[in-house]
Amino acid sequence: MLGIGLLKGLGVTAKNLVGSFHDPARLVTTEYPEQRTKLPENYRNFPFLVYDGTAAIDGLRCVACKICEVECPPQCIYIIPDRDEKGRPTKKPKVFDIDISVCMSCQICVEVCPFDAIKMDQQYEIAEADRFDRLLLKREALAKPNSYYQEIHPAEAAQVDAMLAEARRKADAKAKAAAEAAAAKAATAKPGAANPPTRPPAPSGSTPATAAMKPATAAMPEPAVPPVQPTQTPAENSATGNPVAPKTGTPGA
Amino acid sequence: MTLVQLSRVTPGVSDWFFQSLSSPFIAAAGDSRLERLPIIARDLLTSRLPEPWRWWLNSLLAILVVLFGFAILFALLTLVERKVLGRVQNRPGPNRTGLPFTKLRLFGLGQPLADGIKMLTKEDIVPRSADKLLHFLAPVALLAFSILTFAVLPFGRNLVPVELDAGILYFFAAGAGTELAVFMAGWASRNKYSLLAAMRALAQLISYELPLLLSFVPVIMMAGTLSTTGVVEAQAGWKFGFIPHWHVLTPWGFAAFVIFMVSALAESNRSPFDLPEAESELIAGHLTEYSGFKYALFFMAEYFGMCALSAMAVTLFLGGWRAPLPFLEIVPSYVWFALKLFALLFGFIWIRATFPRLRIDQLTRFAWKFLVPMALINLGTAAFWSLTCNWSGPLQLARWAIALALVAGPFVVMGRKLSRDYAPRTYRYA
Repeated sequence: MLGIGLLKGLGVTAKNLVGSFHDPARLVTTEYPEQRTKLPENYRNFPFLVYDGTAAIDGLRCVACKICEVECPPQCIYIIPDRDEKGRPTKKPKVFDIDISVCMSCQICVEVCPFDAIKMDQQYEIAEADRFDRLLLKREALAKPNSYYQEIHPAEAAQVDAMLAEARRKADAKAKAAAEAAAAKAATAKPGAANPPTRPPAPSGSTPATAAMKPATAAMPEPAVPPVQPTQTPAENSATGNPVAPKTGTPGA
Repeated sequence: MTLVQLSRVTPGVSDWFFQSLSSPFIAAAGDSRLERLPIIARDLLTSRLPEPWRWWLNSLLAILVVLFGFAILFALLTLVERKVLGRVQNRPGPNRTGLPFTKLRLFGLGQPLADGIKMLTKEDIVPRSADKLLHFLAPVALLAFSILTFAVLPFGRNLVPVELDAGILYFFAAGAGTELAVFMAGWASRNKYSLLAAMRALAQLISYELPLLLSFVPVIMMAGTLSTTGVVEAQAGWKFGFIPHWHVLTPWGFAAFVIFMVSALAESNRSPFDLPEAESELIAGHLTEYSGFKYALFFMAEYFGMCALSAMAVTLFLGGWRAPLPFLEIVPSYVWFALKLFALLFGFIWIRATFPRLRIDQLTRFAWKFLVPMALINLGTAAFWSLTCNWSGPLQLARWAIALALVAGPFVVMGRKLSRDYAPRTYRYA
């Protein structure tokens, strides 16, 4: 009969109207600034730098090897390695900039990093009023603790931590064996002269994380790219040694 | 509460109280103090004035109260509509805008205010090739015509702004002026969409004017008057002490009520008959070239028209300001009127949330092939009902059966005929 369908339709909307007040399964809106949905673990955008311990800059795992800078397809990473007063590299980044207005979140920097120093973030609230300054993230803004990494990517972080611990254990064992061998050799060669070994085995309990990184990388089975030790002078580095053209996003770096 | 007690409660105003009681018209009013509250308040303001001034001020007060009351109702209605539509679609609706200068959100109660400020501060654009005078006059005329219709509505016992003998005639004559204003808007904009929409609007409004007018003719036949207060008077009393004598509770009244509401939907350009402003087809129809406050005026007029038609439906079919049960008469009459009005307005919103828009051919076909014949047949049903008003006993049952058959029979037959070609559609590729 004419009109039955209309009444049925009215019934459906009435059910939705009433149901939205008492049935949480119906009213699924997340009121964003106050409520947030839990992001899936595999969600990723924009890289950040992992640090161990509590000191943000000193604890960075990054050794300024510049692999990520070379590999970055949109060339949004800019690194200047830090050097001590004698001009030797300290295996720390002096400048580490990521222009997130250029970054396309491809994760290639994460995949090429042999030190597990750069990981993908889940930060999506990046709107800024100034695109030249505020969207160019400096070292300080990029450094985030390992606990944060464990929080946003638990499974992946656990895997990485296990791998690092295993590498550290192997390196410690190797160093210990080397030290023992050296000590035995020294004892046989020059008994009584207890000269320190060239690379003292780091006490595993209170190792600074960055110190542990060196044996860790040395013990890595097959690093994707051999760790590049920056050997150029700073002038060479900025002028010719760097195949990457100077980026527009890093003025006055 | 007796009159003596009343005058003791308010000794300072006892003189005007008895003065107004002495007039035969007021004497018939309900005796509750709450019931008389609007008139008491008005008399407090104007009773000290000399006679011609008093009449002027009384009229002015009535106009102001009606205008402000319905303007506030319009503001709240826009919010309620959006909230209800949101809830029907399982989302919360506007809830961010709170009261200004406070942190209170109050379910988005500040939304109408924010909308108003936005509308007022927007640029008023008039197209270069538009007819500037008509373009300006159209929203003014539309709003003026829809405000005119409020003049004869009985909002409560003795609360009718203008007591006209031909009130219903006046109401629909003033309401018909809105069609002219809609066409003015469409024509003056010099925009193809606007003009198309205006022509659609005319086709629709004229088509639905006929069933709208035919549907309440039975009410006038029964009440024997064109006055709105007279129609409310005709629906007084209760059958068996609890069934009100409302027109909607008779077979012909129910049919007329449904036809009236469907036509009112179309007359106020509401979904599912919102063809003149069909966004997906005509941008915004006759509103395309309007912005800022003029646009707001169009919206105001649409809601005013909706309120006026709902109020008229309440008056004609739902017993006006009368209470549904005798013991509920302690609630003042204007509250009952407001409750019934809100119920009908909610119905409008509910229907908007449910039905998709009709096509123009379906729209006119429905009006001319279904509503107009139904309304004409309903005239006959009402005539039968009034001729058999002295049937009693078992004949009363026969009267009801015949009247119901006269309503339901044509409905089923015509409905089947009308929907034959449209009957259950099979979606082959969906």
